[in-house]
Amino acid sequence: METKDTVIKTDKLTKKFNDFTAVNKISFEVEKGEIFGFLGANGAGKTTAMKMLIGISKPTSGRANVAGFDVYKQTEQIKKNIGYMSQKFSLYDDLTIKENIQLFGGIYGLKDDELKDQSNELTGKLNLKSHADKLVESLPLGWKQKLSFSIAVIHKPKIVFLDEPTGGVDPVTRRQFWDMIYEAAHNGITVFVTTHYMDEAEYCDRVSIMVDGVIEALDSPTQLKNKFNASSMDQVFLKLARGAQRFE
Amino acid sequence: MKQFLSFIRKEFYHILRDKRSMLVLFGMPVVQLIIFGFAITTEVRNVNIAILDNSKDEATQNIVTRLESTEYFDIERTITSSRQIEEAFKTGNIKAAVIFQSNFQNDLLHNNKAQIQIIADATDPNQATALTNYVSAVIMDYQNELNAQNEIPHNISTEVKMLYNPQLKGAYTSVPGVMGLILLLISAMMTSISVVREKEFGTMEVLLVSPMKPWLVIISKTIPYFILSIINVLTILLMSVFVLGMPIQGSFFLLMILTILYILCALSLGLLISTIANSQLAAMLISLVGLMLPVVMLSGYAFPIANMPFLLRLLANLSPAKWYIIIVKNVMIKGVGLFGVIQEALVLLLMTTTFFAVSIKRFKIRL
Repeated sequence: METKDTVIKTDKLTKKFNDFTAVNKISFEVEKGEIFGFLGANGAGKTTAMKMLIGISKPTSGRANVAGFDVYKQTEQIKKNIGYMSQKFSLYDDLTIKENIQLFGGIYGLKDDELKDQSNELTGKLNLKSHADKLVESLPLGWKQKLSFSIAVIHKPKIVFLDEPTGGVDPVTRRQFWDMIYEAAHNGITVFVTTHYMDEAEYCDRVSIMVDGVIEALDSPTQLKNKFNASSMDQVFLKLARGAQRFE
Repeated sequence: MKQFLSFIRKEFYHILRDKRSMLVLFGMPVVQLIIFGFAITTEVRNVNIAILDNSKDEATQNIVTRLESTEYFDIERTITSSRQIEEAFKTGNIKAAVIFQSNFQNDLLHNNKAQIQIIADATDPNQATALTNYVSAVIMDYQNELNAQNEIPHNISTEVKMLYNPQLKGAYTSVPGVMGLILLLISAMMTSISVVREKEFGTMEVLLVSPMKPWLVIISKTIPYFILSIINVLTILLMSVFVLGMPIQGSFFLLMILTILYILCALSLGLLISTIANSQLAAMLISLVGLMLPVVMLSGYAFPIANMPFLLRLLANLSPAKWYIIIVKNVMIKGVGLFGVIQEALVLLLMTTTFFAVSIKRFKIRL
């Protein structure tokens, strides 16, 4: 890459809860348009680290910069420039597809005509046009997750944070979901994704693996496999995670 | 502003699509008004009554002593004129007054006939009936003893006057009670459940990550319930005036202002609950056990506070509903102005600010 455009940069970012160090001095950089996989066993500190980056948890020490803004002082600006999709399904079941789109479009300050275009485009792309007035609860989980992702990027954020987005989704839908991620990355949206599925880790440009609050490895999947002399990311992960002291 | 409006619209969708809460919201007040109006029994004990003795003779003294020796009454001795009695009723110091005619003993012994007037505060009709019955019984007792010694029967006629609620309508207790209960139910319970639901479903997290400010999220969650509460108050008042025949004696404007204060108090309580509870079930249980039971049991709605043990009476003070019910009774039934209920209004104001302050503090800690 000629001109590196860093969108996330952390330096010794740390979060302590009393005397328990959930995240211990993690430092990494993520470039624009990159698909960055954030891996780790349960309790390794992934979610805590992500919460600091999206501005809903204050770090104990260290520095971090997201979309050009400081995580201590400029959380408001960060929030305007990122999208977020949590591991729990986070649309409103008792609202229709259209109403959900309108709600989040409204929250992110989209103008009416802009919102209308986006809404049309989005339902068209997901083949949901004829279902736009149906309640979200009537959709199958895979569709819900795809809709959820589309809404997370409806305001064209610089970075989208995905917290285990494909949990409980069937393989075919997962593949389709990743197509959407690729498309977003292609359009210049940086994707920061946590996952449990090691096959998904292979799809990422670069992967970091957290063990006990520390980043133990960070590289492209190919490099990691070479380095750990493993045939798959699964093996890489097992080799690293075996040393973990923490259990959930 | 657009954020705000989109969000409020969403809250209305939630409420309007949930058939069960709609039923609770709009069916409950109507059913309660009707049921509770007829199903409340009261027993009286240690109630303050005033004696206006225009005669001050042996016979009246005897009757007063008898009244005093029962466990039902405490006699308020500072009252010496009928104007003071009226005042005492308005402030709620006394629940009944017994007035002896002048020359009581003289008339009784020589004309064989004398009069006593009993006035009771019938804003609580059940209590008023019980009170007048007890007083009459004590007087009849005296009369019977007197007649046992004499051949010519002496006759004391008692004249009962039910103040404020001459027809002893149940509406006079049920309307203020239902208002206190329903508003707390909608504003506190529904609000806390709806906030906790977002936490439970994980949507709260998404909202916190959005550029929408947390306090704006909270405010916009309370607004629909505020509007629904106002609609409910108006429904109850319309029912009360046109169906139950209970007019608003005092200022409608004052009543609405104080009702809004009470709604704000309940909303702040709901927010406080939502910072404590982590599941909808917990929010519901805290609301039911922590709010509904005290309202029904301790606010003077179903059981008179005066009869409760000291500790429970103290506890009753913590329920906002207690203060609101007093306000509604005074303004709506007695027609008291702001100064008559200023103490209760201040208590509500203090509670509201405290609840808001604590919930904002707790909310920040959670972020």
